[in-house]
Amino acid sequence: MSGRIGPRAVRVGATPSRATSTVILVLAAAGFLYPLYALFRFAFWPTAQTHGFTLQHLERLTDPGQAYMYTQLFEGIRNSLVIAIVTVVLMIVFLLPAMILAELRYRRLRQVIEFVCLLPISIPTVVLAVGFVPVYQQIWHITGSVAWVLAFAIGIIVLPYAYRPIQSNMSGLDLVTLSEASRSLGAGWLQTVWSVVLPNLRGGILSSALITVSVVLGEYTVASFLTQNTFQTALALLQHADPYVAATFALGALLLIFLILVLIGAVGSVSRHKRKAS
Amino acid sequence: MSVVETLPAGGAPALDITGTAVELIDVVKTYAGHQALAGVKLRVEPGEFVALLGPSGCGKTTALRALSGLEQIDAGRILIDGRDVARVPVNKRDIGMVFQSYSLFPHMTALQNVEFGLRMRRVDAATRRSRAAEALELVGLGHLSGRYAHQLSGGQQQRVALARALVTRPRVLLLDEPLSALDAKVRVSLRDEIRRIQKDLGITTLFVTHDQEEALAVADRVAVMNAGDIEQIGTPEELYLNPRTPFVADFVGLSNKLDGTIAGGVVTVYGQPLNVLGEAPAQGPVTVFVRPEDIALTDAGLPATVVSTSFLGSLRRTFVRLNDDTIVAVQHDVADKPQPGDAVGLRFKGRPVAVAPAASSRSLTGSQLA
Repeated sequence: MSGRIGPRAVRVGATPSRATSTVILVLAAAGFLYPLYALFRFAFWPTAQTHGFTLQHLERLTDPGQAYMYTQLFEGIRNSLVIAIVTVVLMIVFLLPAMILAELRYRRLRQVIEFVCLLPISIPTVVLAVGFVPVYQQIWHITGSVAWVLAFAIGIIVLPYAYRPIQSNMSGLDLVTLSEASRSLGAGWLQTVWSVVLPNLRGGILSSALITVSVVLGEYTVASFLTQNTFQTALALLQHADPYVAATFALGALLLIFLILVLIGAVGSVSRHKRKAS
Repeated sequence: MSVVETLPAGGAPALDITGTAVELIDVVKTYAGHQALAGVKLRVEPGEFVALLGPSGCGKTTALRALSGLEQIDAGRILIDGRDVARVPVNKRDIGMVFQSYSLFPHMTALQNVEFGLRMRRVDAATRRSRAAEALELVGLGHLSGRYAHQLSGGQQQRVALARALVTRPRVLLLDEPLSALDAKVRVSLRDEIRRIQKDLGITTLFVTHDQEEALAVADRVAVMNAGDIEQIGTPEELYLNPRTPFVADFVGLSNKLDGTIAGGVVTVYGQPLNVLGEAPAQGPVTVFVRPEDIALTDAGLPATVVSTSFLGSLRRTFVRLNDDTIVAVQHDVADKPQPGDAVGLRFKGRPVAVAPAASSRSLTGSQLA
């Protein structure tokens, strides 16, 4: 039967009209932006005595008399940055070689790696964090209570986000043929990985590293359960003592993560453009 | 000891290649119980262009990959220039290879791609650059040396891949269906160019293809593979005119499969005696392979009805139905224009035919009719 759709018929899955799209976009944007606006107002229009934008609460950050309040915050930021760097290194040292090996030599392992990497997304972080507690009690017997060791736990939480950009990059290339071509031209395995595989995975690796950093900067649950001082746990504590500065730093973190996401988008669009052109 | 030799720094032309003999001796390769290569024997003479032809899964690509070192063999010997290289890794075998799928490194320009093999051999930068440029000129792409793979067409990419494979002066050139991803016109032009370059350089070449026209057009000899072994190897004319097995008769060119009876070395098809090519059963029912061009349309002869007719440029192919419903293809002059439904007669021209023990199927297959 060849049915005809009348002029007023609505097809399921059809592209919405421009007006409908605009309304949906405005509502969604309002839902996201209003809390941010409220946070911004709270941080920078803080008192009845001041009118309009002010930075008066940030002046306390440089006051030596109140420095004790913010020491933990700066230490938390430093810890988070160290954890982010160690986590990125762990991803590059362990995840990336495993994915390359599976792609080039042990292709049956690709599904196993995908399953393992995506598994953490299906387990609530709280459950993972509770599981980490006895493990870390043993680890800290050896290392002492240092924050950077959290990278091993956070690395597991980050796996799905770190895995996907690299996998997506790999699926757009015929790495097997490229590596065979490289070896037929006289390159050994290491030369092939260094000269052919890694340069072509640069976009995926960069996206993976950036998203890892953004997840680490936003991670609270594991650090809290393992009683470590990170940016997020320090922020949670500070908001009781100085909610204005806490709100300012929360906005700063959001801005940083937003910039990272824009960067990831740019990297992705360059890769897509190259693939489309080829 | 490494087989790959560092190229001299200068002096000699970039592509001064001499042919090398290649030999596969009783090569066996098994994948999970399936024998992909069942004792393959093949000798390629220095400077010769041999095509490995066969249907999908016959082992032709496996044979090429075994020769390149990309697949390890289970038994047998692979000789390049008389030396057994079966245990030598691919990067030490000194071969050049062009792949079926586009294999240019996307992050490098055409020139950098061609330089890659020289860089791996630690050739100095200036020599590398001039040789790569010369190799690109050889394939007619000197003016596109700064382009990346995504800025080149499929045909141009395969030309660059060919230059890249040749610039290291390999002892053997291996081509793994390099034309299959290209459109028909580019395929024919690149095919002829590969042959010209191969002849100019005198490089020993193995060319895998499933396209018989391609194989017959460019190769000095064609090895027809079936079920992991070589059924017959010979010049294109030998294979077409004197197939030694029913598989070769059926696979190379178009054949009508007709019922016949053999006795005393002569086969009788629809009452007409024909001489037999190669080995044949002593007597009894057989399947007879008759080329469409070995049958003529006449007013008299074996009665048939025209089913369809196709104009193929320099000739016309007409399908007719015999009284026993057998469909037969006949190739004839374009000036003859039979119409569907016309009553015609068939006459066998009397050329020798290949035969096989009687099979259940008769006439042309559906795919051949299509």
